[in-house]
Amino acid sequence: MTAVPPVRQPPRIVEMHWDPITRIVGSLGLFTKIDFANREVVECHSTSSIFRGFSVFMKGKDPRDAHLITSRICGICGDNHATCAMYAQNMAFAVKPPPLADWIVNLGEAAEYMFDHNLFQDNMVGVDYCEQMVRSTNPGVWEQAKRTPAPHAELHGYRTIADIMTALNPFTGAFYLATLEVSRYSREMFCLMEGRHAHPSTLYPGGVGTVATVQLFTDYLARLARYAEFMKRCVPLHDDLFDFFYAALPGYEQVGHRRTLLGCWGSFNDPEVCDYTYANMSTWGRSMYVTPGIVVDGKLITQDLVEINLGMRVLLGHSFYDDWQGGETFVTHDPLGNAVDQRHPWNQTTIPRPQQRDFAGKYSWVMAPRWFDGKDHLALDSGGGPLARFWTTALAGRVDLGYVEATGGGVKIRLPRTATLPETELEWKIPRWCNTIERNRARTYFQAYAAACAYAFVERALAEVHAGRTRTWNEFKVPEQAVACGFHEAVRGMLSHHLVIRDGKIANYHPYAPTPWNASVRDLYGTPGPYEDAVQNTPIFEESPPDEFKGIDIMRTVRSFDPCLPCGVHMTLGNGRVVEAHHSPFYGVQTSGRLPAAQ
Amino acid sequence: MAAPAGEIAVLWINAGLSCDGDTIAMTAATQPSIEDLVRGAIPWAPKIKLYNPLLATAVGDDFLAAFYRGAAGELGPFILVVEGSIPDESNQPAGCWAAFGTDPATGQPIPTCEWIDRLAPRAWAVVAAGTCAAYGGIHAMAGNPTGCMGLPDYLGWEWRSHAGVPLVCIPGCPVQPDNLTETLLYLCHQFAGRAAPIPLDEVLRPRWLFAQTVHEGCDRGGYYEQGEFGAVHGSPVCIVKLGCWGPVVQCNVGKRGWIGGVGGCPNVGGICIGCTMPGFPDKFQPFMEEPPGSLLSAAALMTYGKAIKALRQFTKGSLNKVPSWRSRSSSGAAWGGGESDE
Repeated sequence: MTAVPPVRQPPRIVEMHWDPITRIVGSLGLFTKIDFANREVVECHSTSSIFRGFSVFMKGKDPRDAHLITSRICGICGDNHATCAMYAQNMAFAVKPPPLADWIVNLGEAAEYMFDHNLFQDNMVGVDYCEQMVRSTNPGVWEQAKRTPAPHAELHGYRTIADIMTALNPFTGAFYLATLEVSRYSREMFCLMEGRHAHPSTLYPGGVGTVATVQLFTDYLARLARYAEFMKRCVPLHDDLFDFFYAALPGYEQVGHRRTLLGCWGSFNDPEVCDYTYANMSTWGRSMYVTPGIVVDGKLITQDLVEINLGMRVLLGHSFYDDWQGGETFVTHDPLGNAVDQRHPWNQTTIPRPQQRDFAGKYSWVMAPRWFDGKDHLALDSGGGPLARFWTTALAGRVDLGYVEATGGGVKIRLPRTATLPETELEWKIPRWCNTIERNRARTYFQAYAAACAYAFVERALAEVHAGRTRTWNEFKVPEQAVACGFHEAVRGMLSHHLVIRDGKIANYHPYAPTPWNASVRDLYGTPGPYEDAVQNTPIFEESPPDEFKGIDIMRTVRSFDPCLPCGVHMTLGNGRVVEAHHSPFYGVQTSGRLPAAQ
Repeated sequence: MAAPAGEIAVLWINAGLSCDGDTIAMTAATQPSIEDLVRGAIPWAPKIKLYNPLLATAVGDDFLAAFYRGAAGELGPFILVVEGSIPDESNQPAGCWAAFGTDPATGQPIPTCEWIDRLAPRAWAVVAAGTCAAYGGIHAMAGNPTGCMGLPDYLGWEWRSHAGVPLVCIPGCPVQPDNLTETLLYLCHQFAGRAAPIPLDEVLRPRWLFAQTVHEGCDRGGYYEQGEFGAVHGSPVCIVKLGCWGPVVQCNVGKRGWIGGVGGCPNVGGICIGCTMPGFPDKFQPFMEEPPGSLLSAAALMTYGKAIKALRQFTKGSLNKVPSWRSRSSSGAAWGGGESDE
């Protein structure tokens, strides 16, 4: 419960690992060294032990299949991949969908954010803050929670912080069970627009197959109104819970803290501006309703998708691959004439080399993507998605949909009147820290942001329908040669797809999802990946002794990034899953203090 | 098999080559929901004690403890659910393509195949959730480096558990949520002695879910019958000519929708790409082209369909007219006389 003691003690280092990390998507292992004398993590390796090979088996396939194949990269946000692939296909095939199709895709993706963040936040992350967990790892905090009134009790209905924690208990807590239900009707909203979850059936290059009727939008809007009502209670509930941790555990802001190195590749295209051409990508990128950008130490260093694209580098570092430096160069210059690096995804060749895991050598199927600013290879992270999206959108100060508005210092979210609650304005403000709690807090606010955007998109889509413009798809021809890219925000962060077409077939295809960035391994410069970095900086607040240690502060940190290992590894053709932390010297530790598995 | 049905464990390995889409689908199901199964909401069936990484409270080796106990025969009866394609670990000299947990003795990852080898002989039943685990699916596409396959090709199509239960495949990419939980419920009922042995077809799919084709359950089938085929996506009529394989693909999505009856494939404008079939994906690619078989069948329908449609238009026209006596000027006409209502 105490933070870092004021006087450094002689270190007492214990190796611990957790493999698999549960309550995330995919498999991840974390291997750490923890100094129990000074209560901090001194070293962390994250590893992923699954490889699937998308980039390998997509070669030679029909480029029209790309979105239907790459959707299968991820079983929770597969639609983000399908959408990103479709953006790249639109660029490659030189087709602009009818505006209504863009609104439908925006509505589908908004529903994905609403559903996915909801399920992850309250059915996975939430368990780290539930009664069952806190009583076991920090009994003192639990006692304090029982005495602490919840400031927004009137809105969410839970009198004390302890009541909130009890409501988060898996399979028994009222809020846990309620959010499972919310995750279902929000997925119904998704299915209205994109057909099926997680692998959509109605997305195509050139538009969507969704039949745009009044009923389609009515069915969506009725559910959206329920969701907005839910968010008016959900956001204050999480504010109460997270603020309590800062108050109850002074120094908790250091948990999961890392230098602000955030990337966001933008989401929600504006059909008035977006023509899907590379030539105009800087312009239409800036008009997205989540602004793309890179934030370094609190400064927005770019919001230009062309710059973002050209700065991407894939380093292999300590991953299970052979280098491709001598391999084929597919793209020497982008369509604007800018030089393209051999380490850019357009030029990547994936050469998997399974081998024994060696933390001094190669230890994961996740590569090390970095963003080159002209001087350094920055190990960007996504902040779990929402933190980077808000940060770039706020600083850029461009977005104003009425329902949402970027203010420079934050983002305002206005949810209209719902069944029992009046119009409500929420405001996410740029936080003082880039840490575990703020990644989690941003997630809740972004659920509200997505809902607010969806109101605007429904209005615009219905205007098209009322005007009789119900076409949702435009024809195209597959060219013999093309170079293209798609940029999007997967639920958990930046997503790109890079495509090269030759002889009408896929010659090269490389998706880069958020988890390869976040879960990346140490690169050739020795720079650790963001999970590794954030965990290494984490002080230990857990009260348990080493032999009952659950690593709760570490788990909260890793989960704050919303790990999604299938995405981690596919891009490279691999499928990453691993975050382990083991107690290597003390195997007894693994069998004591065990919590029952879910129910 | 006749053991008193208080509880049965479900050990769920998502560490095949998988996207976790079937685990996520599990959380979407409502008929029954996962919490229905875990909390024992459905009568006659044992409660499920669920060990699935997505929803587990425990982490790492604490989470894996039940899997070790299962392998040692110390867990009691359990159903093993496998998600993801099964890699061929013999095609490379070292390391592995897929692993689940770390071996405490060596510090190396434990290959997923090793877990299947340890657990399948102890399982009361083994379920392949999703097309990857069932037949190989997307990762087994031609040109893949992992040599992966489905569970029946790994364990053998004739494989049976020690309780005599054949391997159960619930395909779908991902699996339709309710198909998954309903099949688990069926197995629970069978375990409790309340259901006949699960009826499976020749590729191990539950018959009641997969006997029909998409087309037989598609609410656009009427357009097909009338020879009305969409030429652009977004059209509400039959989309066979845009690449829909529904007429020959066994799947109940048209009837059941996707989540809570909402969504689906051709019923909502998405071509069927055959994701429940053992031949998926290769035999359906390229996806966005008219299936060769439909060239003939759709052409044959054109004359018949157009004639039928014309006749129906005529009848529909008549049915769309209010009977002539329902108006002010002719009120009471149905009585056959000129009496007034008043």
